This record gives sequence, C-alpha cells and structure tokens, in this order.
Amino acid sequence: MTDTRTSISGGSGPARTGPPARPGPSAADELARRRSSPAQRVQHLLHGHPAISPALILVLTVVVFASLNPRFGEPQTISLMVQQTAVVAALAVGQTLIILTAGIDLSVGAVAILSMMLMAKTASENGLSGPVALLLGLVAGIAAGALNGFLVTRLKLPPFIVTLGTLSVFTAMALLYTGGRSVQQVAMPDLLNWTGEIIRVGDFRITTGVLITAAIYLVAGFALSQTAWGRHVYAVGDDAEASRLAGIRVNRVLFSVYVAAGLIYALAAWVLIGRAGAASPNAIAGANLDSITAVVIGGTSLFGGRGAVLGTLLGALIVQAFTTGLSLAGVDDQYRLLAVGVLVILAVSVDQWIRKVRA
Amino acid sequence: MTTPVLSARGLVKTFGRVVGLDGVDLDLHRGEVLAVIGDNGAGKSTLIKTLTGALAPDAGEIRLDGELVSFKRPQDAREAGIETVYQTLAVAPALDIASNLYLAREERRPGVLGSVLRMLDKKGMRDRAQQSVQELGISTIQNMAVPVESLSGGQRQAVAVARAAAFGSKVVVLDEPTAALGVKESGQVLRLVEQLRERNLGVILISHNMPHVWEVADRIHVQRLGRCAGVITPESHSMTDGVAIMTGAMALPA
Ligand SMILES: Nc1ncnc2c1ncn2[C@@H]1O[C@H](COP(=O)(O)OP(=O)(O)OP(=O)(O)O)[C@@H](O)[C@H]1O
Ligand SMILES: [Mg+2]
Repeated sequence: MTDTRTSISGGSGPARTGPPARPGPSAADELARRRSSPAQRVQHLLHGHPAISPALILVLTVVVFASLNPRFGEPQTISLMVQQTAVVAALAVGQTLIILTAGIDLSVGAVAILSMMLMAKTASENGLSGPVALLLGLVAGIAAGALNGFLVTRLKLPPFIVTLGTLSVFTAMALLYTGGRSVQQVAMPDLLNWTGEIIRVGDFRITTGVLITAAIYLVAGFALSQTAWGRHVYAVGDDAEASRLAGIRVNRVLFSVYVAAGLIYALAAWVLIGRAGAASPNAIAGANLDSITAVVIGGTSLFGGRGAVLGTLLGALIVQAFTTGLSLAGVDDQYRLLAVGVLVILAVSVDQWIRKVRA
Repeated sequence: MTTPVLSARGLVKTFGRVVGLDGVDLDLHRGEVLAVIGDNGAGKSTLIKTLTGALAPDAGEIRLDGELVSFKRPQDAREAGIETVYQTLAVAPALDIASNLYLAREERRPGVLGSVLRMLDKKGMRDRAQQSVQELGISTIQNMAVPVESLSGGQRQAVAVARAAAFGSKVVVLDEPTAALGVKESGQVLRLVEQLRERNLGVILISHNMPHVWEVADRIHVQRLGRCAGVITPESHSMTDGVAIMTGAMALPA
C-alpha cells in the first residue's frame, strides 16, 4: 500500500500538496495513445475475461488437428475425447477451488482412489447396496478433504506440505485396504457402474459420467460467481489478511473449500469407475499433475484469487485435444508431453503479464 | 457524564518481546471525534486493532455502551456496530468496488433465488454502493464495477473509508485515512468525519497530519512508546505542544 506520510512537523506543518498541475495536452495525448496500444487493449481484455486465451487456444488446436486429420472432427472422435476428459476435468474443479485460495492439492488422485476403492470394495465384498456404498465413498472424500482442511487451517501448514503428506497417507491406505487388487465391473452394483452408461445425442455418444462432470462444473461455476461464498473464496485467495480484517471467516472459507474439493474428487471417482469399467487402486496415476495442468492452462492464477472453472474445463479439453490429435497424426506421445509443457509455461507467463494490468 | 460508547482500560498487547501497548486507557463518546497521534511505532494501530477485534489484547477490558465485550474477530466488532479502516485498508484487489463495499455482508436476491440458491443481488449492491458513495460525497470513485486493483492508492483509501462510513452504526475507526490523499480528497474525508459526528457516531481518527487533527478533533489522545502520554484538546494545546508531547520533549502533568 502506498504510504505517503504527511509531514508531522508541528505548527503549520505543510499539508500535502495536491497532484502536480496537469502536463500539457501533448503529454496527455501521448498517454492516451500509449494506453490504447493493441497489446495493452489485449491485456485489459484478458484481465477482464481470463477464459479468452484458453478458448482461443482450444479453437486453434481443434482447427489445426482437424485440418491435419479429418477423423479428428468426427463425432466419434469428439465423443471419445469428451469421455476421456471427464475424470480429469471433474478432479480439476476441486483443484481449481483450492488454487483459487492460493493453495495447491497434491492429494487429488489419492483421495479419488481411496473413495473409489471404498465404494467398490464395500459393495463387492461387504455386500453394501449401491446407494450405501456410493454414499460411503462420498463421505470418505469429504472426510479426506476435511483432514486436509483441518491441517491447513488449524495447524497452519502450507497446503503443498499438507497434501504432499496426505498423498502418501491416502495412497498407502488404499493399497493396504485393497492389497493392490482391483474390483471388476461385474462385482459392483449397477449404481456404481452407472456412470459408464452411454447416452446418444445425435451422432455423439456421451456417458452419464460426462453429465455428472458437467453438473459439477455448473454447480461450482454458479457457487463461485453467484454466491457470497464464491466471493469469499476469491477474496481469501487474493489477500487472506485483508479478508480477515474485512470480516470474512477465513479459516471457515478455506475449510469449506477443502471439504468441497474432497466431495468433488469422490464424485470424480464414481465417474472413473464407469470410465475404466473397473476400480483399480493403480488408476489415474497422473491425476495430480493433470489436474494442475488443466487449471493452469485454463488461466487460473497459482497465486490465488483469479480464475474460473470455465477456464479449467477449456484447459482439460486442450490437453485432451493434444493427446488425441497427436496420436491421430501418428506422432510419438512424447510430443504431447512436450506440447503440454510448453502450454503450461505459456499460460503462466500470460497470467503474470495480465496481472500487471492497470486501469 | 454519559457512558462512553467505547471505552478501554489497561490494554496490554505484546508481540514476543516487543511491547505494542503498555496499559492504555481510552474513552470515546457519541458525537465525538477522538484523534490519536503518535510517532511511528507508538502503538496507534495496535491500539485500534485491539479495540476492533483484529488483535486480542493480552490484558485489559473493553466496553461498548458500558457492556463488557470481547471481540474474537473483526466480524464481531462489525456486528456490534464498529467499522474500521485499517492502515492496510483490507480490500480485496481483484474484486470490484461494490463487492469490496459489501465484502462479508453481501446481500442476496429476494425470493427463492436468494433463500434457496443463495444468489447474490449484484445489481442491487452495485446500485446501493453507488448511492452511498454519492451521499457520502466521495467523488474519487465513480464506477462501482471497476476492480480495486486498478485504482490508485488514494482511490483505494476512498473505497475503504466509504465502506466504514456507510455501515458504521456506533463507532467508526480510521487509521490514517488521508495518508495517500491529495488536498481535495483529504478535505472530503474530513467533511465525512464531521458528518459522522453529526450522525452522533463516535469517531477515532489516527493521523500524522497535525493540521487535519487540529481541524476536526474534539479531543486528542497522544500515544507514546506504547502508552498514553495524555489527552489534550485543540483548544488547550497548540500543534507544537502536541508534537512535543508525542516526541517526549514535553510532559503533561499527570
Ligand atoms: N504483528 C506484529 N508483530 C510484531 N510486532 C508488532 C506487530 N504489530 C506491531 N508491532 C510492534 O508494535 C509496535 C507498535 O506498532 P503500531 O503498528 O501499533 O505502531 P503505529 O503507532 O501504528 O505506527 P505507524 O505510525 O507507523 O503506523 C511497533 O514497535 C511494532 O513493531
Ligand atoms: Mg499504524
């Protein structure tokens, strides 16, 4: 904060003089001209609408790959891409919430696996009904999120450290619980496999899991943009101490974010069962980095307080478009990694640039 | 003598070995502007932070309208009718002006949209924000939809002042509200302080600007090295005296 102190010399201590007289019109014109330079206008636009750059990148990616290989644009390919993105895209919503508070979650995949195995195994081995097993899995996700939230808000540990720890803890728990064994589709009740059911929309085929992911986006997007809770999430990520002084219960907001993220991971786990056609404790090994990648490419700032779930959805789709497009083009998968890496660095650079904006 | 709207007795606050407040008393009446002056580090901000729930005092008691209170967080003080402009302003840069004015007291849409979906009344808040800023006579901020980070330091200060003035019902505390302001803008804030006094609120004003203090204050609490070096009035002492007391060059008879 600027702190231009006024004089404290006693007596007729000179009051701070006002701003210097306006410079001549030529200087003002110069300023106006510079202000409207194309680069600066773009900077302003992106500042107000951070989803624009990932949207452009997605369109560009799709156009390029579709022109390289016509099969890329076919309903069949698009349907498959959407289905393949559903799990990471869902996980990335939870990750977005946490990154908006200037945190990070490395336990994303571990929480999802733990809840998934709990759902699958209690249903297949302990004979719990579908709804009860599902509920148990969701509660496990919430509990895992609550543990992360507790450690972050009460013990004041950095989210990176907390989730690095719980990543190992939850992974170990899932492996110990299952002995590393998967649960097959046939052993699970219909409700758990329901997320793999195909729905036809014209020539496109999506799954009910895709609908669940879409619902997660709608609810999270609504909560972030239309409710007081959403405002507080942004405010806390922006400046936690200022938020506290302004009357926001910072710890409560943070805790709620970790709990909400835990629930979202558990829902994503349910989507994963349908997608994979089984529940395996070794699934989605790359979930942590994939979810962070989607968030970052989607324009959400790692410094917190800026971003939206719409960007994250675009980010997840961009990564999937690269994967599918490059494999259709017969290119080695390593190039996908390379491209995604470049995109991440690009996205963060753009974020840094638009944060410097001044009206 | 009426009961002070806000009073403190024997406030102590330490930060490890650093003593921020060393047994400070303070009384603020309704319809009064109490200025707090003191050198850097004298404990002015610490004093008002303990009064407004931002810091918990180690010892001492605080009374609001004669009732013992203990604010656990700034929200508690706010709910009790005390609004504060902290020295650091406490605004969320990425949010717009209206959102900042209504931060932590957002208003919801009427009907099911608000009660069930908990939807914010964005337009209503924006309109009312615009209205209160106009009524308060703050001309430095215009468009309520502009993010605070794009404002100048002085404009941000105006946002924080507007927030406190618009919502304060008993006490308004201002920690250097004119530090980044020009002559005209400072004048607006001083008029605002007078308005608050006319509305019969108690106002605590921290400032390093002696002419400002001598212009609006009814009484002046001089803070020195964590203690209250005395309470003077603009009539009883000159600015030179005030500075002398502040720096220890002059002592008030106990
Ligand atoms: N959070 C803190 N941790 C440690 N020491 C602190 C903290 N806050 C204040 N202090 C110390 O308490 C003393 C009083 O600080 P305070 O901020 O109240 O001064 P001030 O009178 O407001 O000064 P200024 O005019 O610079 O705003 C200082 O010595 C300061 O270093
Ligand atoms: Mg201070």
